[in-house]
Amino acid sequence: MIDVKHLTKAYGSFVAVKDVSFRAEKGQILGFLGPNGAGKTTTMRIITGFMPATSGTVEIDGLDIFNNSLEARRRIGYLPENPPLYMDMRVETYLRFVAKLRGVKRAEIDGAVEHVLQVAGLTDMAGRICGQLSKGYRQRVGLAQALVHNPPVLVLDEPTIGLDPRQIHEIRELIRGLAGDRTIVLSTHILPEVSQICDKVVIINDGRVALEEMIKDIPEGTSLEEVFLHAIAREGHAESASAEETLEEMGAGHSA
Amino acid sequence: MRNTITIAGKELAGYFVQPVAYVVLTVFILLGGWFFFAMLRQFDEMVQLVQMMGQPDTLRQMNLNTRVIDPLLHDLSVVLVIVMPALTMRVFAEEKRSGTYELLLTAPVRTGEIVAGKFLAAAAFTLVMVALAWIFPLILIVFGNPEVGVMFAGYLGLFLLALSFVAVGLFTSSLTQNQIIAAISSFGILILLFVISWPAEAGGGVVWALLKYLSLPEHFSTMTRGVIDTSDVVFFLSVVATALFLTQRSVESARWR
Repeated sequence: MIDVKHLTKAYGSFVAVKDVSFRAEKGQILGFLGPNGAGKTTTMRIITGFMPATSGTVEIDGLDIFNNSLEARRRIGYLPENPPLYMDMRVETYLRFVAKLRGVKRAEIDGAVEHVLQVAGLTDMAGRICGQLSKGYRQRVGLAQALVHNPPVLVLDEPTIGLDPRQIHEIRELIRGLAGDRTIVLSTHILPEVSQICDKVVIINDGRVALEEMIKDIPEGTSLEEVFLHAIAREGHAESASAEETLEEMGAGHSA
Repeated sequence: MRNTITIAGKELAGYFVQPVAYVVLTVFILLGGWFFFAMLRQFDEMVQLVQMMGQPDTLRQMNLNTRVIDPLLHDLSVVLVIVMPALTMRVFAEEKRSGTYELLLTAPVRTGEIVAGKFLAAAAFTLVMVALAWIFPLILIVFGNPEVGVMFAGYLGLFLLALSFVAVGLFTSSLTQNQIIAAISSFGILILLFVISWPAEAGGGVVWALLKYLSLPEHFSTMTRGVIDTSDVVFFLSVVATALFLTQRSVESARWR
């Protein structure tokens, strides 16, 4: 469970994230959408404890990421915007290092590393040096490191970026398969991705939540693209509209 | 503790796949070899000169420790001032640049453990460097009869000095994501700590005494002369502790900025 409440992040006078609140339940995949520079990465960095919020709180399974940081961080698997690879390490050595760092028990490390290598389709690449991998494989190693300690919460910043269509398909299947009783937040630019694998969508624009809605509650015949464009078109509004309002307006627009 | 060892292990393995570390090691040993050669030549000439002049008393007073090892250690300490910043500049700066900093800081690991792990690895590499420089005393032991205890004290001094360089280097590396900036600022601080006592040479008073106390060569020289004084050891260890504390605060600051 991820509970984000009234998150605000200011860099000097520039406010990147303004009063963002949303919630992802256990077993849910939450798609985090927004134009470039909307504050997605900043929000994810705060959720994972990489940087503090100016105000507001984040709870991971009820643990505050700031006050109960170590325990909360233990539960998170995080794939940052750029896969955090040590370019001179071999894939397997790297994953073993991350497993140890995230507190996987000594006896379970072999199994855990082998498992994620297999899950991410990296078994043949285990002995390769990270720096020599293609972008797609680096992304997979990034995903593998996020999974290696079998975390209940996954935060994935654009997990399918840089992959070819077949790999995108594979990774989506993989993420869908991971859901189970995990909580997953993923950010993306690819709208169909959200409708395909997510249970819930949160659209942010200019640092504010423009829409928070269950995928199943989006009326049939309305594409996510329409919802997205409509949501971010309300730029400058002080109060973000509720999902119902956005959808109603859209409905009105259609009938008019 | 386990996390510290995990990070130290990864870092240490990193040194041995990085060309920078090998370059640092090679430059250090090669220059050391050249200084050693020069010192021996001078020593040799001096001995011949004194012999020719027929002064057996002076000849008896001349020894390898003061004429060769002591100046050699001082030369090596200057080489360290130049090469150590190159060794430590990447430690944090590169992680910040490549994005692996996010991995480290979002892992369930305390910042103190990260800093300790990185310091231990750099310290281990430094130990290898200083140990390899024992080749020079070994040559003297084989071909002459220097005092081993004095040389040991001097090398301990060199190691402690290098450790304080490492700690300062880690600190400057933690401040930036630019390795050059990290190296130059560490270089600047080390040079300053080397010359800080210069204005104090003539004067007296508390301020001058303090400057003198802060001077690295001041404490190092005592050890190269063969004296292991607790106060000097404590001085070096406090430089290390202070720099590591600042590093920890600097890394931790990412969490409250």
